[in-house]
Amino acid sequence: MTSYLIRNAQLLGGPAQDIHIADGVIREIGTGLAIEADVDIDAHGLIALPGLVDLHTHLREPGREDAETVLTGTQAAAKGGYTAVHAMANTFPVADTAGVVEQVWRLGQASGYCDVQPVGAVTVGLEGKKLAELGAMHDSAAGVRVFSDDGKCVDDAVIMRRALEYVKAFDGVVAQHAQEPRLTEGAQMNEGQVSGELGLGGWPAVAEEAIIARDVLLAAHVGSRLHVCHVSTAGSVELIRWAKAKGWDVTAEVTPHHLLLTDELVRSYDPVYKVNPPLRTAEDVHALREALADGTIDAVATDHAPHPAEDKDCEWAAAAMGMVGLETALSVVQQAMVETGLLNWEGVADRMSHRPARIGRLSGHGRPVSVGEPANLVLFDPAYRGTVNPDSFATRSRNTPYRGLDLPGRVHATFLRGAATVLAGELVEPGELA
Amino acid sequence: MTTQTDAPRPPHQVLDGADIARVITRIAHEIVERAKGADDVVLLGIHTRGVHLARRLHARLTQITGREIPLGTLDITMYRDDLRLKPARALEHTEIPAGGIDGKLVILIDDVLFSGRTIRAALDALGDIGRPRAVQLAVLVDRGHRELPIRADYVGKNLPTSLREAVQVRLSDADGMDAVLVGDRDYAARSSQALAAPTLPE
Amino acid sequence: MMRHLVSAADLSRDDALLILDTAEELAQLSGRAVKKLPTLRGRTVVNLFFEDSTRTKTSFEVAEKRLSADVINFAAKGSSVAKGESLKDTALTLQAMGADAVVIRHHASGAPARLAQSDWLHGSVINAGDGTHEHPTQALLDAFTMRRHLNPGLGNDLAGRRITIVGDVLHSRVARSNVLLLQTLGAHVTFVAPPTLLPIGIKNWPCEVSYDLDAALAKTDALMMLRVQRERMNAAFFPTEREYSRRYGLHAGRLAKLPEHAIVMHPGPMVRGMEITAEVADSPRCTVVEQVANGVSIRMAVLYLLLGGAVFTDSPAEAARTETRTETNEAAQ
Repeated sequence: MTSYLIRNAQLLGGPAQDIHIADGVIREIGTGLAIEADVDIDAHGLIALPGLVDLHTHLREPGREDAETVLTGTQAAAKGGYTAVHAMANTFPVADTAGVVEQVWRLGQASGYCDVQPVGAVTVGLEGKKLAELGAMHDSAAGVRVFSDDGKCVDDAVIMRRALEYVKAFDGVVAQHAQEPRLTEGAQMNEGQVSGELGLGGWPAVAEEAIIARDVLLAAHVGSRLHVCHVSTAGSVELIRWAKAKGWDVTAEVTPHHLLLTDELVRSYDPVYKVNPPLRTAEDVHALREALADGTIDAVATDHAPHPAEDKDCEWAAAAMGMVGLETALSVVQQAMVETGLLNWEGVADRMSHRPARIGRLSGHGRPVSVGEPANLVLFDPAYRGTVNPDSFATRSRNTPYRGLDLPGRVHATFLRGAATVLAGELVEPGELA
Repeated sequence: MTTQTDAPRPPHQVLDGADIARVITRIAHEIVERAKGADDVVLLGIHTRGVHLARRLHARLTQITGREIPLGTLDITMYRDDLRLKPARALEHTEIPAGGIDGKLVILIDDVLFSGRTIRAALDALGDIGRPRAVQLAVLVDRGHRELPIRADYVGKNLPTSLREAVQVRLSDADGMDAVLVGDRDYAARSSQALAAPTLPE
Repeated sequence: MMRHLVSAADLSRDDALLILDTAEELAQLSGRAVKKLPTLRGRTVVNLFFEDSTRTKTSFEVAEKRLSADVINFAAKGSSVAKGESLKDTALTLQAMGADAVVIRHHASGAPARLAQSDWLHGSVINAGDGTHEHPTQALLDAFTMRRHLNPGLGNDLAGRRITIVGDVLHSRVARSNVLLLQTLGAHVTFVAPPTLLPIGIKNWPCEVSYDLDAALAKTDALMMLRVQRERMNAAFFPTEREYSRRYGLHAGRLAKLPEHAIVMHPGPMVRGMEITAEVADSPRCTVVEQVANGVSIRMAVLYLLLGGAVFTDSPAEAARTETRTETNEAAQ
């Protein structure tokens, strides 16, 4: 296995240090290390962070390989600095059985670019009616601990209660897509000033908040762990803050796009801005940033949702919801959180690696960057300035809202258990992953 | 092509207010004579300055014949053959006298007869409005350079010009003074203020 | 003038008045034996209707034919569109056929905006109603009708005139285009509707909002009744048709409370017995039929102003150059 000596990297944004990686682990950390390694990397000016962990990725395989495959999705993840992603269950067929989650897990193993932790569906076919075999998915090779009907809300209160209770047996967590279905029938965008003017069906904040309020109360009642997916409103933040203050075991994530973009962009009617939950207002963005900074929101999760061109190259109403995000997440977080002074790099490591790994119970990820730990690392160049060019993406899809936008920073290198998956900003060839 | 040394000529006046008044009187008399009392004459002024001339001609004809001669206006914008060369323009008012033009002798009035394309458009417009007994044309100035087989029946002044020259008709109704000026086209383009200047080289 | 007409918000006051004045001139045409002008000869206009709308389509078609355009009706029903062809492919097809303008009616808000911004086709895009977004030519013909009654004369706007718009504002593209255009023309707009049929955020619109029709009547110069679809009842926007009519319908009693000069408007099709009684609909103060006639003049004006002149590809400098040449030519005549 190739060994690496990373010279002068700023560990979590701190003073420059050398990091020696060999045999999949961090061998040594120090200044001016005199160690022979197969490859020397000059990391002057680069930040070293633990490999990022995404709680919310749509890899689309099986079923929608035209949008993404496990291979292209994990390549995109590696380019974004990720070493582990949670693959959402809304595939075709739905990941609601041990068979499907094992298939996804094996595809991830085969890819080699990034660990893939399958998420299991809460209910059969994501239909919200009947619990899927949660235990069997947990007991499978995939070892599923996160369950979600993401894309759909587990809106039946009884089903939700049972799921929350049931997964306690194997330290599982239900990750809820909070969207009251009746309040969002025909919804196309955030309900507010802009939706009224554009004549697009409104998606009220209350549709998200009502479910979160119910779910935190349910989780408290049955003493279970609840994770709230892609929180998007200031009101949701307040509810989660309240639940946490009560001492309830509630965690939450926010997407990079909800930290940066607002519903004003919808005025263009360009479906690249169509996403679920929808882009909200500037006040919501502000509240989400504050909440991520103070820890009310635990994690940044991409909700990377690839779609083929034809699903976006159309009128708004006909377009699919979702944005790709793996390859731009860290840059967006730098812009929205670091450059605004809300979060330092240590905080970024916490929200994008440590905490998501803890929520997903991934033992090998989100570890401290210290000697003896698995060498899951990302080297990030925060001084880089460039324009987002989707043609350079590794993901199979191009539905990014940042096309042509200047975003700071760039992933220079990513290491998965000591093997480089990205070097000098480029993917390592599949044959050379070692 | 104009060179630096070959500076455009400023415009000079070829007709003054009194000349224009005389010309209109003469044309009015010609119409009465040729149209045998102008019994079935309908005057149609072509926008913009043709309308002002038509009003003056109308006043003079009323004086001469002691009768009210029907007067109208015609906007030919929608019939132009050069619409696509310039941005769409605002329309002027077309007003056909209450008696219509069917069976009448329509006299079109315009300020300058040049390529003949405006008159071609006016004839097309007339065809859509009705069927006159005959159509005649009266112009203040005929400057030549016809591009269509069209001629005027009543001409105020024949004015031989070169294509480099611009003919400007100024009427008090629209321009605050009566005059016909001839100058270089380039001069007109470069200095529209020069044309509007109150003191004119005699 | 701009190249497309997608939203009433695209129109400056000068643009709007130019359209109204041009329409006023073109309205004369309907009294002539030959109701036709050669202006758009050789230009191809496609009516691309993804939604049934006999009256709007007919109105555009009459306008196009009176201007001598070549008219192609591309109804989505029964065509490849119904078989799943995308808006993009339809647009590319129309582009290949050489469409100089596309008049589009679409059930999705924003579809015309999408067409206008895309490089799928190069012709002008005219919004003939998109979803619950806008219907700018309807607003123009409404303003034209109002001006004729309330402030007649070329160059006049609607400054200070009080327009009350009643009904399903939430789902109404007519209401959205009207409030934008009427604001541009200086009128005061009041929306009257049950709170369920007003969009969230309307408090920031350039209008007043009231839930009480009777209170608004006395200070109204033009009263516009919007269509209320019976289906809305099932979605709990209001309890019953009867209750809606009683609170927000226009009947003879309410008509009598309007000022003498006030007119009653309706974009059609009317739902008699719902938002308007037959008696009011047939009264001489109701301008519905007049609005239809005015629609043709307005659409001719829009078509002429968008298509009649040179087509400039977003280059003001080019336009200015040609403008100069034009003046020179005129000076030369």
